[in-house]
Amino acid sequence: MAQDVHDTVRKDTGTDAGAGKAPHAAPPGVTDGVVLTPEQVRRRRARSVAIASVLGFLVLLFYVVTIVKLGPGVVLNRPL
Amino acid sequence: MSDVSVGMTEKQALGLAPEAPGGLATPRDYIALLKPRVMSLVIFTALVGLVRAPDHVHPVIAFTAILCIAVGAGAAGALNMWWDADIDRVMTRTQSRPIPSGRVTPQEALAFGLTLSAFSVVVLGLLVNVLAGALLAFTIFFYVVVYTMWLKRSTPQNIVIGGLSGALPPMVAWAAASGSISLESVILVAIIFFWTPPHFWALSLYRADDYARAGVPMLPVTAGPDETRRQILLYTLFLVPLAMSPTFLGEAGLVYGAVSGVMGLGMLMAAIKVYRLRTGEEATKAAKKMFGFSILYLFLLFATLLAEALIGRI
Repeated sequence: MAQDVHDTVRKDTGTDAGAGKAPHAAPPGVTDGVVLTPEQVRRRRARSVAIASVLGFLVLLFYVVTIVKLGPGVVLNRPL
Repeated sequence: MSDVSVGMTEKQALGLAPEAPGGLATPRDYIALLKPRVMSLVIFTALVGLVRAPDHVHPVIAFTAILCIAVGAGAAGALNMWWDADIDRVMTRTQSRPIPSGRVTPQEALAFGLTLSAFSVVVLGLLVNVLAGALLAFTIFFYVVVYTMWLKRSTPQNIVIGGLSGALPPMVAWAAASGSISLESVILVAIIFFWTPPHFWALSLYRADDYARAGVPMLPVTAGPDETRRQILLYTLFLVPLAMSPTFLGEAGLVYGAVSGVMGLGMLMAAIKVYRLRTGEEATKAAKKMFGFSILYLFLLFATLLAEALIGRI
């Protein structure tokens, strides 16, 4: 929803790249798209770090479970 | 999930209705959506089911099973908060939760809960076994659809029937370890199932105004505090011998029998006190004491079962 509004604002102010103007050339007083506050940026970064950490953990978990399910004999005695 | 927000002036200029801002949540808010305190009870009871199961599983598989059960329970909690956001806004106990406080939007909570539900069930089914995955799916479905969406707002028996979802984790863990369901896992479920009503009704006795304001038909709201006190006593009278039954059935040892007997006596005394003290500060104090003691009671029962199983394996 917020992204739709964002797009609409950009179109209305004629600041799309297709209009041949730089994104920062919006008239004074009109916001060019969405501007995050420093606090929002900080929180988004914290969420991104958390998601990355969870994904990294899952990769490790699936790897270890795969090794366990295969059994040490399969992993260590496989032909090179 | 939306990471962007639009200033109110732009919204007003475009003739759009104001909406929740979104993008304000921290990882801590998403953890709060998982109801960590409920999750800790789920992890503990599931661990007991896993350890007491007759088959030994590899520690990595055991860890994966407990993780999936915990995440599944947390996901159910997030979906519960999504559905009950209107109630949570009214009740003082829940007003600071992530959705009523506006830090997480309902859409974000819904997406979070659905994703984690699907993920926990699929991973448990694929990495551990299908029976455990199916039981976890049933547990989540029962909590979200049967309890949260249907029973909670329609009947004072909401927590009696809905309590099954909170009771199932030891059985899920048992199934994860053994690939089957046995009498002992059923008893573990039954203990938590019959513990839930006196536990929650003790809480609802001194939170009745909150529940009434939110329109939740808890027993003290619909049948009155006196009937609630009677029901607490009746359920406790049934719970105490049931909790001792593992010893009589040969599933648990004498230490468990002694602990369940002594703690059961304490539980019974607390219930009698709640039944007898009906007015004033003393009545509230008795209900609060019973609520607190019931947590200790369940914890000690399962801790003893865990200890007996671990010592038996040494």
